[in-house]
Amino acid sequence: MLQDKDRIFTNLYADGDWGLDGARKRGDWDGTKDILLKGRDWIIKEIQDSGLRGRGGAGFPTGMKWSFMPKKSDGRPHYLVVNADESEPGTCKDREILRHDPHKLVEGCLIAGFAMGANAAYIYVRGEFYNESSNLEIAVQQAYAAGLLGPDACGSGWPFDVYVHRGAGAYICGEETALIESLEGKKGQPRLKPPFPAGMGLYGCPTTVNNVESIAVAPTIIRRGAAWFAGIGRPKNSGTKLFCISGHVNKPCTVEEAMSIPLKELIEKHCGGVRGGWDNLLGIIPGGASVPVLPKAICDTVLMDFDALREVRSGLGTAAVIVMDKSTDIVKAIARLSRFYMHESCGQCTPCREGTGWLFRVMQRMVKGEAEPKEIDMLEEVTRQIEGHTICALGDAAAWPVQGLIRHFRPEMEMRIQNYKASRAQPRAAAE
Amino acid sequence: MSGGTAHAEQPATFAFTPENLAWAQKVIAKYPQGRQASAVLPLLDRAQRQHRNWLPRAAMDYVAGLLDMAPIRVYEVATFYSMFNLAPVGEWFLQVCTTTPCWLRGSDEVMKACERKLHVKATGDASFLHSADGKFTVREVECLGACVNAPVIQVNDDFYEDLDGASTEKLIDALAAGNPPPKGSMAGRQVSMPAGGRTSLFPVPASGAE
Repeated sequence: MLQDKDRIFTNLYADGDWGLDGARKRGDWDGTKDILLKGRDWIIKEIQDSGLRGRGGAGFPTGMKWSFMPKKSDGRPHYLVVNADESEPGTCKDREILRHDPHKLVEGCLIAGFAMGANAAYIYVRGEFYNESSNLEIAVQQAYAAGLLGPDACGSGWPFDVYVHRGAGAYICGEETALIESLEGKKGQPRLKPPFPAGMGLYGCPTTVNNVESIAVAPTIIRRGAAWFAGIGRPKNSGTKLFCISGHVNKPCTVEEAMSIPLKELIEKHCGGVRGGWDNLLGIIPGGASVPVLPKAICDTVLMDFDALREVRSGLGTAAVIVMDKSTDIVKAIARLSRFYMHESCGQCTPCREGTGWLFRVMQRMVKGEAEPKEIDMLEEVTRQIEGHTICALGDAAAWPVQGLIRHFRPEMEMRIQNYKASRAQPRAAAE
Repeated sequence: MSGGTAHAEQPATFAFTPENLAWAQKVIAKYPQGRQASAVLPLLDRAQRQHRNWLPRAAMDYVAGLLDMAPIRVYEVATFYSMFNLAPVGEWFLQVCTTTPCWLRGSDEVMKACERKLHVKATGDASFLHSADGKFTVREVECLGACVNAPVIQVNDDFYEDLDGASTEKLIDALAAGNPPPKGSMAGRQVSMPAGGRTSLFPVPASGAE
């Protein structure tokens, strides 16, 4: 269990001033110049040793990602792009950083940007976060006014600019290459990889795209030391993490906890338990809409980290925990996610554009049971045709919730089909 | 994901006010030389704000001119992103999140309250629903990213959270009276802290809490 002294986001609940003065009192911008003077390689090594894995969903080691940037510029500028397009259903952690602790992100941009040889960072904030991006913009202006950003950032001699860029409503722009397209002023349609952004990203220049939380924790990790961060959670899953727990718990909340905390403990300790008690639990989506749902039996014991959730064929994703009690129409809950993916498909790849709509239409029938039993297998088969056959992972994200439903709740789907058939058969039987 | 279809009645011309034009020049300067197209989202957003929260074709053409973009590139953008309204919306634009996390917490009741108060009929998709007096527009939207405070409605720029049917009705009454309540939780909760009190970050950190 995590103690308050090991929490990074101490202004999570807006107890203090989110501006520069408050941030400095919480320890931000302390000795930033000295950190930069230790050099690029030292910073990257420290982040690698901390075991930090990307907080945006995929869990790729952050230090390694930074190390992919060219060591020397070939004349092209390098860019850091921060993904604040938080839109994965269930996820609302970056929102708290943007509005209540924006200086952690701004300082993180300088340190991370310096470590990858970048002189500019663009922070792409989802358009709906108008108030959040306003706070962030003010924090950036405060940092310039205090000499923390600008031609001689923190007196380090390193010129560094941070720009806030608001999106305009498109889940797909959370995909890193779609985000880059959008930042260039185009439709947010993902690019084929390779070339990878580290070689050819924003404006054709070497670019690293990181999640808000990954960047915002970096300054604290460096100040407190890699060993401190690595000592929290299980090996290869280290650190603290913002969890957002929504749905059928007594007290939904966002909270910073240790990685690898048991799912049940997370909910009992911070959320007042599942509505109606733990035994009233039906299933949990543990990492945002894209990851497969888990039935109660797995939720009883599973740990909340990348590897433990992968072992049970789900994922930590963004650590957005969506809890469903036994009153939930689980088929409808997943069907609603299918509608989400249909709405958010960018339309570029046929399997996703056509497949997400097809999934939603079939799922709508499954909600009523208006289907043949063999169509469950067909539904599963079609998700396999979408998964892995698209440029970006939205196709996979649309497929996985449906696969999770079929894997764990197939009897429920079959029962609905039987009941529907029975209800249709009765009037005819009565007439005979 | 688009914001609907273009309105039949379009103004002939559009131009930024001098203040907005000065603002636009500053935004364009954020991006490297020759990359001014990067400013298309912020400029379209500003144009929409200047034009009663909807984006006419003349504004798209104007922005295309400012950014030296082919108009078709701007149309593509304006129709791709959901926040551009291609037809007029009411003074109060209610975007009701109905994605699974909000749905689990009762977004159906929130939509029903909108239907009752504004005499609109939900269609189960992203249609724009207008009240008879034109003051309100309601739209079902996808996840707004405030899921631990579900259900949520975005009213113009502000999120109203922890709603139910009754508090939604109250919210609509307050808006109708031109008196919007403070944004945030409608259940009186402190941001995303567990209702009834904190389970972490005790005591209130002295630092920064002046």
